[in-house]
Amino acid sequence: MTMLPTLPTPKKLGLVIDLDVCVGCHACVISCKEWNTGGYGAALSDQDPYGSQVSGTFLNRIHTFEVVPEGGEVVGEAGDARIVHFPKSCLHCEDASCVTVCPTGASYKRSADGIVLVDEDKCIGCGLCAWACPYGAREMDLAAGVMKKCTLCVDRIYNETLQEIDRVPSCVRTCPANARHYGDFADPTSKVSMMVAERGGIDLMPEQGTRPVNKYLPPRPRKPLASTLPLAENTDGAKGFFAWLDGMLDRI
Amino acid sequence: MSPEPRLALSKPVSDEVRKTTCYMCACRCGIDVHIKDGKVRYIEGNRDHPVNKGVLCAKGSAGIMQHYAPARLSSPLLRTGPRGSGQFKAISWDEALALAVDWMGEVRARDPKKLAFFTGRDQSQSLTGFFAQQFGTPNYAAHGGFCSVNMAAAGIMTLGGGFWEFGSPDWDRTKLFVMFGVAEDHDSNPIKIGISKLKSRGARFVSVNPVRTGYSSIADSWIGIRPGTDGLLVLSVIHELLKARKIDVDFLVRYTNAPWLVVDAPGTAEHGLFARDDEGKALVWESVTEREVANGTKGARASLSGRYQLEDGRFAVPSFQLLAEKYLDDRYAPDLAAVETGVSADVIRGLAAEIARVAFDESIEIAHPWTDMNGERHASFIGRPVSFHAMRGISAHSNGFQTARAIHVLQALIGAVDCPGAFRFEPPYPKPVEAHPTPHGKAEHFGSNKPLSGPHLGFPRGPEDLLIGPDGVPNRIDKAFSWDAPISAHGLMHMVIANAHAGDPYRIDLLFMYMANMAWNSSMNTAGVIKMLEDRDEATGEYVIPKIIYSDAYASEMVAYADLVLPDTTYLERHDCISLLDRPISEPDSVNDAIRWPVVEPDRDVRGFQSVLIDLAGRLKLPGFVDSRGVPLYKDFADYIVRHERRPGIGPLAGFRGVAGDRVGRGASNPDQLKRYIENGAFFSAHIPLEAQFFKHANRAYQDFAVKMGFFDTPQPVTFQLYSEICQKFRLSAQGLREPVAPETHRERLEMAFDPLPDWCRPLEEAGVDRAEFPYHAVTQRPMAMYHSWGSMNAWLRQIHTRNVMYVPGAICDEVGLSTGDWAWIISHHGRIKVEIARSDAVNRDTMWTWNAIGKRKGAWGLSNDAPESNRGFLLNHLIHELLPPKGDGMRWSNSDPVTGQAAWYDLRVRIEKAEPDEVSRPTFAHVGRAGSTHPSPAELRYGQEWSE
Amino acid sequence: MHPAPSIILFTTLSGLGYGLAAVLGFGLLDPSAIATKFAHILALALIAGGLVSSTLHLGNPQRAWRAFSQWRSSWLSREGVMAVLTFVPLGINAIASVWSGRYLPLPGLIGAVFCGVTVYCTAMIYASLRSVQAWNTEWTPVSYLLFALAGGLVLASFFSALGGNAYPLLPLLTAMAIGAAWLAKAYWWARLRAMAVLSTPETATGLGAIGKVRLLEPPHMNGNYLTNEMGFRVARKHAARLRQIAVISGGVLPALLLAVLALSGDISGAPAVAMSGVAVLLIFGGTLVERWLFFAEARHSVMNYYGS
Ligand SMILES: Nc1nc2c(c(=O)[nH]1)N[C@H]1C(S)=C(S)[C@@H](COP(=O)(O)OP(=O)(O)OC[C@H]3O[C@@H](n4cnc5c(=O)[nH]c(N)nc54)[C@H](O)[C@@H]3O)O[C@H]1N2
Ligand SMILES: Nc1nc2c(c(=O)[nH]1)N[C@H]1C(S)=C(S)[C@@H](COP(=O)(O)OP(=O)(O)OC[C@H]3O[C@@H](n4cnc5c(=O)[nH]c(N)nc54)[C@H](O)[C@@H]3O)O[C@H]1N2
Ligand code: SF4
Ligand code: SF4
Ligand code: SF4
Ligand code: SF4
Ligand code: SF4
Ligand SMILES: [Mo]
Repeated sequence: MTMLPTLPTPKKLGLVIDLDVCVGCHACVISCKEWNTGGYGAALSDQDPYGSQVSGTFLNRIHTFEVVPEGGEVVGEAGDARIVHFPKSCLHCEDASCVTVCPTGASYKRSADGIVLVDEDKCIGCGLCAWACPYGAREMDLAAGVMKKCTLCVDRIYNETLQEIDRVPSCVRTCPANARHYGDFADPTSKVSMMVAERGGIDLMPEQGTRPVNKYLPPRPRKPLASTLPLAENTDGAKGFFAWLDGMLDRI
Repeated sequence: MSPEPRLALSKPVSDEVRKTTCYMCACRCGIDVHIKDGKVRYIEGNRDHPVNKGVLCAKGSAGIMQHYAPARLSSPLLRTGPRGSGQFKAISWDEALALAVDWMGEVRARDPKKLAFFTGRDQSQSLTGFFAQQFGTPNYAAHGGFCSVNMAAAGIMTLGGGFWEFGSPDWDRTKLFVMFGVAEDHDSNPIKIGISKLKSRGARFVSVNPVRTGYSSIADSWIGIRPGTDGLLVLSVIHELLKARKIDVDFLVRYTNAPWLVVDAPGTAEHGLFARDDEGKALVWESVTEREVANGTKGARASLSGRYQLEDGRFAVPSFQLLAEKYLDDRYAPDLAAVETGVSADVIRGLAAEIARVAFDESIEIAHPWTDMNGERHASFIGRPVSFHAMRGISAHSNGFQTARAIHVLQALIGAVDCPGAFRFEPPYPKPVEAHPTPHGKAEHFGSNKPLSGPHLGFPRGPEDLLIGPDGVPNRIDKAFSWDAPISAHGLMHMVIANAHAGDPYRIDLLFMYMANMAWNSSMNTAGVIKMLEDRDEATGEYVIPKIIYSDAYASEMVAYADLVLPDTTYLERHDCISLLDRPISEPDSVNDAIRWPVVEPDRDVRGFQSVLIDLAGRLKLPGFVDSRGVPLYKDFADYIVRHERRPGIGPLAGFRGVAGDRVGRGASNPDQLKRYIENGAFFSAHIPLEAQFFKHANRAYQDFAVKMGFFDTPQPVTFQLYSEICQKFRLSAQGLREPVAPETHRERLEMAFDPLPDWCRPLEEAGVDRAEFPYHAVTQRPMAMYHSWGSMNAWLRQIHTRNVMYVPGAICDEVGLSTGDWAWIISHHGRIKVEIARSDAVNRDTMWTWNAIGKRKGAWGLSNDAPESNRGFLLNHLIHELLPPKGDGMRWSNSDPVTGQAAWYDLRVRIEKAEPDEVSRPTFAHVGRAGSTHPSPAELRYGQEWSE
Repeated sequence: MHPAPSIILFTTLSGLGYGLAAVLGFGLLDPSAIATKFAHILALALIAGGLVSSTLHLGNPQRAWRAFSQWRSSWLSREGVMAVLTFVPLGINAIASVWSGRYLPLPGLIGAVFCGVTVYCTAMIYASLRSVQAWNTEWTPVSYLLFALAGGLVLASFFSALGGNAYPLLPLLTAMAIGAAWLAKAYWWARLRAMAVLSTPETATGLGAIGKVRLLEPPHMNGNYLTNEMGFRVARKHAARLRQIAVISGGVLPALLLAVLALSGDISGAPAVAMSGVAVLLIFGGTLVERWLFFAEARHSVMNYYGS
């Protein structure tokens, strides 16, 4: 299965991440961990969980970046430097380099919906796919010795024991800021496709040639208060103010 | 190509879903706990729950790791080694309870004030307070004094309910949302849901915060203010609005005390108080007939300005006249405010203009008729869709009470209170100050073997309600409701240990604490507090604080300092009650309460603390907990929840009352009540009719609803108090004009702090230290993925914040020659810490910050001794003292707001010096022994592996 | 990239092995010499040892056989398949030499070509990764092939000296191969220095339109699998020093030794064995350092998210 599907997949399932509203709360990180650590494949282990070298397997992580405009300086309002919380999980790329490098066929892209998965029974844990992924979306589980990655919650989105409304990824369902949206990008009328069209959704590192399915909505430009039209001022002091007030009271 | 593997896509998630309430913070979201093979498989948000509507934060999802943490305590413990050693022996519950009853009963008979009972963020204050009252000690409070009492007190005294848990922005309708000093707050999921909603509607979100992370990072406009100066910013906005005549005069006349007449008789005991009629009703000036009439007189056209002679010959002016004169003064002009706040005058003007534009040019209307308390019909609800929210960035300053008052005054001036699109009250609020009790704890209120004559906490109406002895000596151990902090409505938990240690005002025999990590992150001057707990009386060799009983669920730093430890269950193993009598979870449109219930059984010898408290009360035969023959009334907390009645028909839970379970609010107790709650998802929600949803302070339909629900027995409308008569009464005492007269030592301070119209002055620490020697501010913020100290025992959460660094503004880095990864000394008037720094440019130029409570003491929380939390992490608390630097007269004031006693965590001033790189942050602490846990910390976790095929 | 010892050892050892096997496959050594027999055995041992060491880092080595299945797309799979295939002609060669002291030209040449192809596959595992821009160039397989050849020739020179029937041409050829290998490496380094960086924090986040992007907080405060695997960074000063060591030990010195051997013409016996033996050790050490740097100097695009 190491070959990518020869035809475009009829569905392109993935996520839209809205950087304009992500507050960096890590809810999606932990929700993903708890869903997946008892679900698809091996548990997501944690090494030295109560010690100094604590480190575990996560399929979704939030980075926090500071973005400083060229020549930007920090001023009273809204210093120009801003902070962007940046969630990252597998982008389910159309040209998934992680898939083609896999020597065993464990990594594959589903021909029906484009989800990129690891068949853990075949995975030898060579780690090459993690090298091939430009985004750092794959992590080896050190206890199981197999490669883990976002499954797009394939065991939720098709799970008939769940109510229809809950057949969305765990991270999407939990995100308090509604910064994560799930849907089919092959359908131009889907909610995700329309959001991407409206908000100018972007690919991460397009130069890597992976053609990610997941899209990011850039932060909206901020609105400086300093440029708001100031109130028309009355300069006639307190006396004038009380005269005006009397006039107002007359009208009530 | 081999075929794609066939996946089992429709595996059932679990065997059973049990719905309860999250406890990983005070937001109290509804959770669906999936149970598989008797273990917790997955926790997700309850979609039907009024608080979180299905979403869940990181802490909530990490509940699994909290519930199974190796740091859990597993049996009652009796200390065997010295305090802090962590040496305990496990004892049985019978032994533990007998010992506690022995200690407590003796104090109760001899001198009940020698027991101090203080609780943390337990969310069960209606029970703990009731217990303390029946026990009879005057020394009880929860943690609000070091948390956010400024917010609560200013809100209640001004509007009848403030931000915090008393109301929320109208997320669906607001068009401009201004947030002051919030990193996360108690309402953490609703705020995130709300901000996202309003942004997607194109509404504007302004965040005022020195630090631009989290919520502030997604604000449309960020105002990176200098800490402690928000009051001035707000008053400057008010100045602009007044100058531009952008105020809602109709609203002021109807709903506020703007027209109330203030007696103008300088040098007398009445000066600055409201002129009142014989019934005590405030007077207003009827401008058509030119005479005084009682406020609320039908058809009266009350004047807002002028100076009038009353029938009794005194002169009086409408309070609004005083307000307008004050704030129109040029000392509030943006150009001047810009200097202190660090916010440019253009931005202040822009903020004022935007507020005015949205309030008045974009007002909204909900066409639904309603009737006000004067019987007047209104065709619709007019909304001024500007909403505000503020929290500890405001309240954790020594000028926070007045700043919070200023924000509320601003809201009232533009008519943006409980109308569509504005800040809206959550039942049972609003509630006028008069509907709150006055504090109890005067000498005549307590004594040997008898209950306190009324609730401990409340609102003094004036200095006459203070809990002080003849010489002004405080009655309470924390000096609450004394001249030090007259309106300390939540007590001063942060002063208890220091005062008891100093014997000022007296020593105590027994400290009883519940759920507060006082030996670490919830104390200022942590090292000092640890010493106080370890200190012995030289004469007797006994500890200065002789006995400590403490209830915790985990091996926290504080456990090591207890003499007797009562281990609590985790939140999934016990009954809890989120009650309208306590800290409500209502929404503006609905009245809500909730429960927790044991969704899994404890596997250790632990008991829910509330049940233990009821057990103790029964053994101590406290009235209210035993019948006339001394037989305990309640089996356990679950029984209490169902059968306890505060007033006839009013119990801890409002839902499913009455024998048939069909009564709401008032009704007989229902033996099936808890079952009904569980079936309903562990919560109850009653919708407020549309007619009653707005202007609750003056809405007849709402007031009737509130009476029907049992919030009050008679309607309790609220008139917003722009001008605070209560403050003025204290001011008069400070001026020596009113009895009891304030002591000389306190006069200047009280006079400054108790301005009846909110004013701004420099925070006390900043005013008290050399500003050049300590030129910068240092503050903490709540990390969204951690709850105070609890998060570090959680294997998943601790990976996110394994240690903390100090974020230092780029400008300071360049000046001091620091870059990311360097180490520095941060120095305050009280201490110094050596920590790793990182550069940040998205922060106020003078402010460095770090995450709160990440640093841990070695040995605590089931972590290894080399855990990064204790080696590289640190607390800012080492720099913060519970007292201000000494003044000229040698007097050291509490580092708190002089009105409310709110701990001024964020007044801290520091300087920074580059240091040699280090392996560990300083100061370092000896390790505490691992208390009583029988759960070894494993070397590897593979939670859920048994469920993977 | 983190320089994993097992992988460095694998590429170095198997490179030497394939190089030696290829030289043997061209019949450059006297097939009947005892030393040549040893050379055959050593070549196979180096290759096998390299392969074994490459499985050391697998999470589930018991399933390693599955790695032969994806030769149509995966260079790693191709390498595995080729490694196995190459054993066939090399085995025949070795048997012919060890048992009957003969050189079989057809299997020999096929074996030599297969060796080249296998080394090429190994190199392409790295060179095909766009995520590691340093590797993503044809100079990677060129240098791998030349290093394998040079290493093989040095070993061959040694065995030739040991066998006593020194081809005078062999050390000369070897010195030239060493020169070529380092020339290729110099190109590789020059490219690394000069290349326009493909992916930056700005392209990685898509936030370049707003400004310069800098990591403020990592997603988890401790390292994770990704930062352990890809977060390695060698200090520039350190790298320059190591490059010198690599060039001198793996290039200049062995080349000099062999050049002296070739030009003097009459060094033989123990001195020749010693000189070429030292050259073997030098080139082995130099290549190890070169391989270490190959990883340590390469930056993975994922580090754009981790602030280094
Ligand atoms: N520098 C600085 N210091 C601060 C603040 C700040 O902003 N900056 N904030 C202050 C504020 S607002 C607050 S509220 C305090 C909070 O300070 P604390 O209230 O001390 O906070 P926690 O760390 O949550 O500690 C509470 C204790 O409750 C225990 N606990 C947890 N769950 C249970 C349970 O189910 N049952 C029982 N019995 N115990 C349990 C925990 O193990 C812990 O020991 O910190 C204050 N300290
Ligand atoms: N995840 C999580 N949630 C929590 C808690 C937790 O520990 N973790 N703790 C709970 C508790 S007990 C409390 S009290 C609440 C507190 O909730 P918050 O009020 O959000 O508390 P802080 O994190 O103290 O945030 C205060 C904010 O004020 C800013 N600030 C500091 N000084 C000033 C100032 O002078 N002016 C302005 N405008 N801003 C200022 C700080 O930068 C910070 O962003 O959170 C509750 N919720
Ligand atoms: S993001 Fe990485 S792991 Fe996911 S499909 Fe793309 S290349 Fe593969
Ligand atoms: S680690 Fe597993 S999935 Fe990844 S390339 Fe190797 S065999 Fe394939
Ligand atoms: S889709 Fe599922 S697996 Fe992927 S990041 Fe979200 S929760 Fe994790
Ligand atoms: S849950 Fe949503 S808001 Fe929170 S970090 Fe994830 S994407 Fe951002
Ligand atoms: S905000 Fe998070 S931790 Fe707090 S109650 Fe809700 S889910 Fe639990
Ligand atoms: Mo708090």
